[in-house]
Amino acid sequence: MDKIIITVVGKDTLGIIARVTTYLFHNDINILDISQTILGDMFNMMVIADMQKCTKEFGVVSDELRELGEEIGLRILTQKEEIFTKMHRI
Amino acid sequence: MINLFEVRETNKMIEQELLDVRTITLGISLLDCADADVTRLNERIYEKITRLGSHLVETGEAISKDFGIPIVNKRVSITPISLVGAGACKTPEDYVSIARTLDRAAKEIGINFLGGYSALVNKGMTTSDRLLIESIPEALATTEMVCSSVNVGSTRTGIDMDAVRLMGGIIRKTAELTADRDSLGCAKLVVFCNAPDDNPFMAGAFHGVTEGDAVINVGVSGPGVVKSALEKVRGESFEVLCETIKKTAFKVTRVGQLVAQEASRRLDVPFGIVDLSLAPTPAIGDSVAEILEQMGLQRAGAPGTTAALAILNDQVKKGGVMASSYVGGLSGAFIPVSEYLGMIDAVHEGALTLEKLEAMTCVCSVGLDMIAIPGDTPASTIAGIIADEAAIGMINQKTTAVRLIPVIGKGVGETATFGGLLGYAPIMPVNRFSCDAFIERKGRIPAPIHSFKN
Repeated sequence: MDKIIITVVGKDTLGIIARVTTYLFHNDINILDISQTILGDMFNMMVIADMQKCTKEFGVVSDELRELGEEIGLRILTQKEEIFTKMHRI
Repeated sequence: MINLFEVRETNKMIEQELLDVRTITLGISLLDCADADVTRLNERIYEKITRLGSHLVETGEAISKDFGIPIVNKRVSITPISLVGAGACKTPEDYVSIARTLDRAAKEIGINFLGGYSALVNKGMTTSDRLLIESIPEALATTEMVCSSVNVGSTRTGIDMDAVRLMGGIIRKTAELTADRDSLGCAKLVVFCNAPDDNPFMAGAFHGVTEGDAVINVGVSGPGVVKSALEKVRGESFEVLCETIKKTAFKVTRVGQLVAQEASRRLDVPFGIVDLSLAPTPAIGDSVAEILEQMGLQRAGAPGTTAALAILNDQVKKGGVMASSYVGGLSGAFIPVSEYLGMIDAVHEGALTLEKLEAMTCVCSVGLDMIAIPGDTPASTIAGIIADEAAIGMINQKTTAVRLIPVIGKGVGETATFGGLLGYAPIMPVNRFSCDAFIERKGRIPAPIHSFKN
């Protein structure tokens, strides 16, 4: 497993999940869990995914997802999972 | 599995509360570079630093990108140069040539500071130590990245008052040679008592002689995260206050541990320590004074400040120690006056004085840090302040340090501006009574007794 966490934050609009998951599908990144909520009028989504079969480098995926976010007016941040597990799990 | 709430909490710390890893510092031993010829010594030092440090910056940036956490500084610490240069350097100018080599090497590998232009003289000075100390003003005036430190005392050896007296003059001379830049040279010079061998923070970092060939030390930060956590427990008991600081320090330190292990693995250099210090900066919200205010003080320096800082320092250690497999360095809370607004406002409003800062250094992690004083302060007064601070460290078995900046041409009420990470500082008044006759005495203060703790 090579787990990454993708967070998407921004104004709610049509097709956010579709756009992000399509990118992940085309890059052989397997989705393990998705959760989303609307806080205020802000769309918040978190995707836990496994990029073990992905042929692209982590940095490339991170940049491409950020650019995808800019296209649809959202902020997409991709991070390796360890920063969260280290901080929140003993 | 990690949930949305936890991810949001971490990212809020990074984006809104300025959580970052303050520095990855690569410690490099230069003992094997020693040579009898100055030119060859310089070549060997340059070669070793640029070889071992060549991937430091890019590795730091890659780790930063992977985890989405800023790693603000990438730095190098080296064996105290007075040991490395002892065989070759016959004049202060020989030492200055090494400082220039270090500066060139630092620029080549892209780091922003290199520490270890240092001498350890807690019991006495060798000829080499004295030459290095005499070269410090010129070395700091003619280089950008090189940081210098001198350890003048320890709990086990007492205080070398000859070195303290010498450093009073050296600080003044360093200020004079960089008078055109608000005496910036002094911001790169620290005088220590009980200096740690594995401190990753500048300007006092050096690679101790008890360390291995190379080591990765990481300094975390996060005053903004602690302040934000304390906003939620206003009016609660000391128990709740302490638990909140501890839990926050744990989370902050875990990030440092992760980054340290990753850097160690990718650079194939052993992991040394994580330094738990809450290190404030001139960036907005990155302030220890604001934490003290959040704890219930109108301004840093008000009665109760020493107690509040003692709580903060102790709880940061208690929370952080469990989060990391190896803790070291200065670990605690820094209280530089040049941090973001809090301390500066406290000085301007008369809440915080040099004497209160001295009291605070009894319970904080380091000492009188980044304190601008009038440019006409005599060398003996500076030496007196160093002696006071070293005595606090010696008696209380803790690290203390002095980073004073006598700002040439400026006086109380004016501001010294250093720029960048060093920020700016208000010039504080210094006690005008003389300590000349005390400082002129030769020799050293004997080591203290370790019993009768009263």
